[in-house]
Amino acid sequence: MTDTDITLAAVEAEHDTDTLTPGQIFRRRMFGHTGFLIGAGLIGLIVLIAIFAPLLAPHDPFAQSLSSRMLPPIWSEGGSPDHLLGTDQNGRDYLSRLIYGTRVSITIGIGAATIGLLIGVTLGVLAGYFGGWADHAISFLLTAQLALPGLLLAMALVFIIGPSIWVVIGIVGVLHWTYYLVVTRAATQRIRNLDFVAAAAASGAGARQILWHEILPNLMSSIIVIFTFELGIAILAESSLSFLGVGIQPPTPSWGLMIAEGKQAMFYRPWLVILPGICLFLLVIGANLMGDGLRDVTSPEGRDG
Amino acid sequence: MLRYIALRAVLAILVAFTVSLAAFLLLNVATDPAHAIAGEDATPDVVEAIRARYGLDRPLPVRYADWLGGVVRGDFGESYYWHKPVAELVADRADETITLALSALAVTIAIAVPLGALAALNPNSWIDRFALGVAVSAQAVPNFWLGLIMIILFGVTFPIFPVSGDDTWRHFVLPAFVLGASSVPAVMRLTRTGLIEVMGADYIRTARSKGFRGWQLLRRHALRNAMLPVISVLAVQLGQKFGGSVITESIFAINGLGRLALESILGADIPTVQMLIFVFAIVFVVMNLIADILNAALDPRIRIG
Repeated sequence: MTDTDITLAAVEAEHDTDTLTPGQIFRRRMFGHTGFLIGAGLIGLIVLIAIFAPLLAPHDPFAQSLSSRMLPPIWSEGGSPDHLLGTDQNGRDYLSRLIYGTRVSITIGIGAATIGLLIGVTLGVLAGYFGGWADHAISFLLTAQLALPGLLLAMALVFIIGPSIWVVIGIVGVLHWTYYLVVTRAATQRIRNLDFVAAAAASGAGARQILWHEILPNLMSSIIVIFTFELGIAILAESSLSFLGVGIQPPTPSWGLMIAEGKQAMFYRPWLVILPGICLFLLVIGANLMGDGLRDVTSPEGRDG
Repeated sequence: MLRYIALRAVLAILVAFTVSLAAFLLLNVATDPAHAIAGEDATPDVVEAIRARYGLDRPLPVRYADWLGGVVRGDFGESYYWHKPVAELVADRADETITLALSALAVTIAIAVPLGALAALNPNSWIDRFALGVAVSAQAVPNFWLGLIMIILFGVTFPIFPVSGDDTWRHFVLPAFVLGASSVPAVMRLTRTGLIEVMGADYIRTARSKGFRGWQLLRRHALRNAMLPVISVLAVQLGQKFGGSVITESIFAINGLGRLALESILGADIPTVQMLIFVFAIVFVVMNLIADILNAALDPRIRIG
């Protein structure tokens, strides 16, 4: 979306816009969007939990205790206020592990979505701006990437390279750039033909300067929207890998891994599986609602999508 | 029309081989397969012996040409882990995955299309909001977690369907639901937007003025046009079901290709992983090709334009 588009659409949408700047209109619409507020609230809360995990966690998430294994949560019979959400099969405090689990998910989400952004936006802008052979080659690359069974390849690569949080970030990021490419390519094709780009070219700007100063700033809102969605996708990808045993390794508290560890006992200790799943659900739905909201606010025509 | 199909087919074949080359390079260059087979504690002598035994000491282009030559003859090499021809292994297990993928697609259609249509016919009603809620939630639920919750529910609380194995059709009910649920958001949203767009078209007004109402209008005029984009996305989703079978099959103990993939990755069985990536990519590419052809056959604007 271009800045001009947003302003025009916003002017049409609101009546008393004479005195408001585009920024004010934008903020007003953002704070009037329920989905966005819920999503941003969830994400904000989880990020704060991740940052202040050492202060919030009642116990050391790695401290094992053989005498208090698989204690139930406080609301079940036999629960104790010392372990609000019970303990896992090694007697580690579940609440503390869930709290530290936010760090793994947030780090991997942001890291992988950033890597995907760098790859996808670079290719998308190049394909959209230069067209011709560059566009054909990059479009072919896109088709090939879409045909790759991503989860399978990610599993194989993590297993062979050796699982660590950085390997997982790198691989998930390298396999998730198509969405950025598709959107930035189309947007660049549209912007390239607008008057202000022609004006920049006429005043002697080179391709490099046009890409950085004319095209990219106008792609920012779409890129932020996609980044928000990709955050959720990357977090789900990490949890799947960790669940299958080819992602984050014990004893690091990752929600996907915790679900895998709780699986053996899930019939008589179901909360071991249910709780980390709810955490994942809240984080991902937060990212999706925030993405939906940002898309609605920045592009009125995308509201039905 | 024929020219169009021929062009798409050539592109599809090119994509399939690009994917195989990418997978080959990633699996062989990013790491040393001999190390992966030998395990972490192997001595250099053992690694060297393995390298010679599997021909991994030859240059990469030779090995890829060798692999490709075999593929053309239907020979995908011998499994390091099961010591059987890989093609035989894959053929033995394909039935279960095809059954699972098709029944998952049936579940997706049965939930997503009616829900999307109801939402489109009553915009902003409670059913529209409900459909949106289903889509947003289904997108945020980790697939493996949904599977485990189903197992807890149906394994203990409501033992209607078996939760493990692949002997009868009843074994496929829960896995098909879990795998099918992941495609509901995309298909539902597309049905909804497609139908809303079509319902606003002039020919629908004409049909209304001729006295068509309700189901008749929907069946004879609206659905047919709204389904065009849905058909292509369904084909793409069916292709993705094969990749997605990894998680579902390992949770529900179905002896198909997904489980074979996980087992061969954990066994560092590179020829099997390589073939599975190739097969999944081919399935995806063929599904896309079918979608393109169907769309061209149904929509004259594509084949002429």
